[in-house]
Amino acid sequence: MVDRIADPWGERTPYGPGQEWPVRVDRYLADGRTDADVDRWVQSASVLHSNGDALDIAVADGRIVGVRGRAVDRINRGRLDPKDLYGWQANHSPDRLTRPLVREGGRLVETDWDTAMGRIVARSKELLDGPGGWGHFGFYTTGQLFLEEYYALGVIGKAGLGTPHMDGNTRLCTATAAAALKASFGTDGQPGSYTDVDHCDAIALWGHNVAETQTVLWMRMLDRRRGPNPPAMLAVDPRATPVAREADLHLAVRSGTNMALMNGLLREIIRRGWYDRDYVDAHTLGFEELRRIVDGYPPRRVADICDVPAADVERAAELLGTSQRLLSTVLQGFYQSNQATAAACGVNNLHLIRGMIGRPGAGIYQMNGQPTAQNTRETGADGDLPGLRNWENTAHIEELARLWNVDVDVIPHWAPPTHAMQIFRYAEQGSIKLLWISATNPAVSLPDLSRIRRVLAKPELFVVVQDLFLTETAELADVVLPGATWGEKTGTFTSVDRTVHISDKAVDPPGEAKPDLDIFLDYARRMDFRDRDGQPLIRWTGPEEVFEAWKECSRGRPCDYTGITYAKLRGGSGVQWPCTDEHPDGTERLYTDGRFPTDPDYCETYGHDLATGAEFTEPEYRAKEPDGRAFLHTVDYQPSPEVPDDEHPMLLTTGRTVYQFHTRTKTGRAPQLDRAAPDVWVELNPADAARLGIAEGDLVGVASARGGIQARARLCGIRPGVVFLPFHYGYFDQDPHERTPRAANELTVTAWDPVSKQPLFKVAAVAVEKLADGRGVPAPAPTVGGSAPPPDAGIPPTVGGPAAQATSGKE
Amino acid sequence: MHLAHYLGLLHRAQVNLADAFRQVADAHAEEPDIRHLCERQAKRCDAHAEGLRPFADRYAEDAPTEPDRLHSQLFTGTRTGGIGLLRDLQDLYLMAAECDIAWTVVGQAAYGARDEDLIALVKRCEGETAIQLKWLRTRMKAAAPQALVVAD
Repeated sequence: MVDRIADPWGERTPYGPGQEWPVRVDRYLADGRTDADVDRWVQSASVLHSNGDALDIAVADGRIVGVRGRAVDRINRGRLDPKDLYGWQANHSPDRLTRPLVREGGRLVETDWDTAMGRIVARSKELLDGPGGWGHFGFYTTGQLFLEEYYALGVIGKAGLGTPHMDGNTRLCTATAAAALKASFGTDGQPGSYTDVDHCDAIALWGHNVAETQTVLWMRMLDRRRGPNPPAMLAVDPRATPVAREADLHLAVRSGTNMALMNGLLREIIRRGWYDRDYVDAHTLGFEELRRIVDGYPPRRVADICDVPAADVERAAELLGTSQRLLSTVLQGFYQSNQATAAACGVNNLHLIRGMIGRPGAGIYQMNGQPTAQNTRETGADGDLPGLRNWENTAHIEELARLWNVDVDVIPHWAPPTHAMQIFRYAEQGSIKLLWISATNPAVSLPDLSRIRRVLAKPELFVVVQDLFLTETAELADVVLPGATWGEKTGTFTSVDRTVHISDKAVDPPGEAKPDLDIFLDYARRMDFRDRDGQPLIRWTGPEEVFEAWKECSRGRPCDYTGITYAKLRGGSGVQWPCTDEHPDGTERLYTDGRFPTDPDYCETYGHDLATGAEFTEPEYRAKEPDGRAFLHTVDYQPSPEVPDDEHPMLLTTGRTVYQFHTRTKTGRAPQLDRAAPDVWVELNPADAARLGIAEGDLVGVASARGGIQARARLCGIRPGVVFLPFHYGYFDQDPHERTPRAANELTVTAWDPVSKQPLFKVAAVAVEKLADGRGVPAPAPTVGGSAPPPDAGIPPTVGGPAAQATSGKE
Repeated sequence: MHLAHYLGLLHRAQVNLADAFRQVADAHAEEPDIRHLCERQAKRCDAHAEGLRPFADRYAEDAPTEPDRLHSQLFTGTRTGGIGLLRDLQDLYLMAAECDIAWTVVGQAAYGARDEDLIALVKRCEGETAIQLKWLRTRMKAAAPQALVVAD
């Protein structure tokens, strides 16, 4: 038995380069049950992080009673994240929403579906009537629904209502990944495969605390590190995360300076002759301009900007420049920071100039923060068009119009899709009058929360919230629709490395809760959307029909699903797109031949200036004559829009703990996970703490120009001048009358990357002061992960105890 | 020769544009991207003006008197609201366009004067001005439908 709270990564199964990752099947059955008590196992995959781990759901007496990893799966080979082992218990939580709610006299009261949907449809029709009616609608969705639900929503929005105001909280997690892939390679789509861990000889983790965000991928890396010929490891992160502690070299850069680092590393690699001249000549564009810009970043200057030793910059360049099979993984430390898209493109540049792409071990993971984020990008439920089409390419829009049998100009392509922050701005200004939020919680997850609450509470804004629980956002809604969740509905979803999994329905949802797909289809039927021939625009009744329709939409595009069926996904392992008649088993790696989808008629974007987001036109793009070559883009370093000053002398960075997901809507209701990280904390470097007179466990006030919060201090290995707050903690589990401000986003700044439009969560300037003495009681921070205290601090370790006993074996 | 006059014209146009970018940044501070990007562009314009100053000074030494009505006024203050933002961005666009064509004119003259340093300056700055135009166009395209068709 293993306490997977005390040890989130479990037992090591070391292996060597080129070998198959050994199987280790993790399982957790609640209440002392054994396999003999399980009536049936239902195939699924994780929706509590973006790794895409395959698992089976144990069902007994019509209820979920546990989970086990799927040994056959290519991604996890049987392993599970602690969030998956314990998180499903939230499905049974007594406070699940079981009936729709509507606002009556300022209060939310229970009602029936007809009343709730009737109100939404009545308001929708009223708003749609008249020129520009489409512009009153905004949809803000999630990274946790299924592909079928996103596609249906995308068609409703883009062909039914005709609104460009659709985005997801994927804007907060993965928008930069998409933007960087498009900018460098022509379309979205991850070049690499998770099996690149098996083959690489160096791993670079760029702002990615993979040990806590995707524990199973980290297990794979650790198993390589414990085996023969382990890969070298480089970590870039201002915190002493488990990744940074494991790495051979840790660059604790000053927050907001990634771009200077990337330019400096590229300069060093070019000057030392570690780049692949032949690959550059044959397969890339823009090398001379890249070389000209990066030349301005010698190690000394990078050291000054990033506040790391110049010798470490040189060592990092050597590690990267002399590896033969380099794997890079990028996440929020880059995506949610200053110059996000440019810095993420910097990683692509590194791989392109070294020819480290399209072969085993030479992979790039421009990561996703959420499990089904990839699908929002593919299907057009976020600020993209379905099938990774280019909204500026008329032929692409005509294809969609034919597919949906609607007039071309119904499909909003005359302006760029509206990103999430702009949707909230339009709602704030009053032109968006109906905001439909599905399965996400912006009242905790968006920057500058007092502003977001003010927007959501505006009486003129009709807010629809579709969720499992009465979240902080649902509390502010006009209509609340109870959703069914993972395990209670069927659909598919796709991981970072393009692996498609099916998740089958295991049990019925509680009460009158409905799958999100049923809710969207019900809305479409009641709205009576019609195609060009007067027939119903949407005739689907269930997920498999939607999946089949989606396949047609994806045909011929990079994310081609046409070779996949539900039957094919059942029983075995996931399948990687593109999967077609010619590639019936899917495609493990993209760009194996060094040809990139940059053809002007095929590409997803004509490109942007990385410093301003200015769009390049089709003629400008054509003039580059990309001819299947990838683009090397870089820009000069620019300081963040917000930097410390006398009033706010420290930098705030935010992120995750291994035990919680998003705003704890589920993980806060799973007892083992909740107990492991029950409340917010703030991480301080001991030197800063000493200067401020703060000891472990003291109550601390953290304030920015937007607001202030209170949290207890954890003294640990964060870089001096920087403080860290986990972003999970909202207010749902506090008495409404006794809520103390504790959400990290009370403090964060409303600002975003000019290209990806991803908010800059990592660079708020804050002031820190002691509020009260902790009297020796340590902060409620886990001793596992980035918040681990020094070994001699005498803080009791985080454990799960008997309730967290899971098994782990070879089977 | 008259090059000094066009250098002066461009210098003043860059100073005015920097000032207008800053005014728009302040007036529309609730649009965070407008604020941050306009502030950055203002700094760009400052740098352009700074780069031009030594050439303007040098060529002024052998320039005849400045002709009448050389300078024009393109900006008279900011406006409010969604349509006001569009109109303000349009003003910035026209001011940047004036700089853009002035860079072209000065660039041609620099070749004529065989002034390598001035040619290098023009090459660097005209690209940055072109990006300013592109960004303003991009931002206005995104804002126009909502501001002109949807907003009350």
